[in-house]
Amino acid sequence: MPRVRIVVCVKHVPDIQSERALGPDRRVVRDGGDGTLNELDENALEAALSIAEARDDAEVVVLTVGPDDAVDAVRKGLQMGADEAVHVVDDAIAGSDVIGTARVLAAAVQHVGDVDLVVTGMAGLDGLTSLLPTALAQLLDLPALPLAAELTVDGGTVRVRRNLDHATEVLEASLPALVSVTDQANEPRYPNFKGIMAARKKQVTTLTLADLGVDASTVGAAGARTEVVDAAARPPRENRVLLTDEGDAGLRLAAYLVEQKLV
Amino acid sequence: MTTTAPVLVLLDHTPDGALRGPVREVVTLARELAGNAGVLGVWAADAELGADVLADLGALGVTRVHRLVADADTHLSAVLAEALEQALAAAGAGLLLTVSSFENKEAAARVALATGAGVVTDADGLEVVDGRYVASKTVFAGTWNTRCAVTAPVAVVTVKANAVQASPAAAPVATEVVDLAVTVSAVARRVTLVERVERPASGRPDLGSAHVVVAGGRGTEGDFSPVEDLADALGAAVGATRVATDEGWIGHDAQIGQTGVTISPRLYVGAGVSGAVHHRGGMQASGTIVAVNSDPDAPIFEIADFGVVGDLFTVLPQAAAELRRLKG
Repeated sequence: MPRVRIVVCVKHVPDIQSERALGPDRRVVRDGGDGTLNELDENALEAALSIAEARDDAEVVVLTVGPDDAVDAVRKGLQMGADEAVHVVDDAIAGSDVIGTARVLAAAVQHVGDVDLVVTGMAGLDGLTSLLPTALAQLLDLPALPLAAELTVDGGTVRVRRNLDHATEVLEASLPALVSVTDQANEPRYPNFKGIMAARKKQVTTLTLADLGVDASTVGAAGARTEVVDAAARPPRENRVLLTDEGDAGLRLAAYLVEQKLV
Repeated sequence: MTTTAPVLVLLDHTPDGALRGPVREVVTLARELAGNAGVLGVWAADAELGADVLADLGALGVTRVHRLVADADTHLSAVLAEALEQALAAAGAGLLLTVSSFENKEAAARVALATGAGVVTDADGLEVVDGRYVASKTVFAGTWNTRCAVTAPVAVVTVKANAVQASPAAAPVATEVVDLAVTVSAVARRVTLVERVERPASGRPDLGSAHVVVAGGRGTEGDFSPVEDLADALGAAVGATRVATDEGWIGHDAQIGQTGVTISPRLYVGAGVSGAVHHRGGMQASGTIVAVNSDPDAPIFEIADFGVVGDLFTVLPQAAAELRRLKG
């Protein structure tokens, strides 16, 4: 079988179980020590690793863009079984909107070179826009097959089944291509001891915008086309009612809904 | 404050040509922003644009519809995006609004890249401030409110269902239909749509855009009948937690959560729902939250406006019967 190179794009995000916040600069607080590999990217890694394992000569490169701590995300990818890791880190990237992030990722994928398949998660659990996969595909001039609940690669063809709000679709394209996978696609593996030990010997390549030939003015806050102008924790709900059923809770619920004009 | 360029709205429709519910809300929002500049629609011609829909659009204040006659399937995001770019140019619009859905976000990302527009997803409000579009949206599973300004000359904003209430214009207008022949690039044709199967209508409101949702979780132990009964008494959509869909108690399309359907109805009722963060991420922006759970420590009680510690199998039927009695 021909050599296949797969790049998995991952993101280091604040743990969704932690108290997430926007800072005084209205950017996501990313240095609270509660960062983790975006859970949905584990599905992307699992998909890539399964495809690679079914082949004789396939390699998986795990790629991230983010501040110093973000290296943890690619290290987790190496522990799960990825062969190589790339971390793009540059102060000028801070404040990027999704388009800026896509530009940096696209340049990094091109830097890796000869990529047959780009795999991403369905969304980052910090911003949850789901915009990145198609934006990245467009920048890389690749066909996009987003939101795979099922994914097969057969020879040079990739096929995806996806569940949308009102329909189910099957999409197909020739490699090279980009897919995003959902949390329905697979059950991600846990890094085992062997994987964790092997990852210690694997190199993480660190790159800057200059290494990638990306003009710093097109990314980061400078290149962003959107700007968060206000951010505040949502005030707690007021006038809450909590009761234990004593036989009439259903009646009281009905009365509450009527009183609140919700029926 | 209103804008000076027309606002273009993607008119999502069913295969038989009926407008999807939230489109009327988005058109209403567009009309408020556009003032005299006008609201224009864009309609993919995979379904016929019927006289009743045109009358509805006229009542909502849509002055013109660009009917996309494309030489490829507009269900493909790359094809839809190229068509929307041409419609934006033809309309001279400075803002493209769509209903928030995964498909529309795919196209929105592409349109933004191709046109240099700034893009905001899942907005629950939009206004013009000092000549810029400023969208409001909740983030971090509905725990933070943000406002996000578009700094580029063109904006693409996807709007959440239930963000605004649909209402007719002060006076209906006659809606002109203009065909727009779209020739898409070879690049946009590289993905083949092998199959597209529309989900049959359930007879209940659509989960993503329903005004009222009743959701069942682990506590139903697989018996959704009390959930469905209360949903019918409320005219609500039925949703579920990840556990319930993974167990096969209900279809995956009913999963509410940050990776499933994100909802913000006026009223959410969670029955036997613990309120794990994955689920909260899909419903915490709801107007009023009701929770019924036998576990007093369930995290959902932390965010409930009305919480009942009790057995859903007695509380829900009692509430449903009482609501039916009150309705007469």
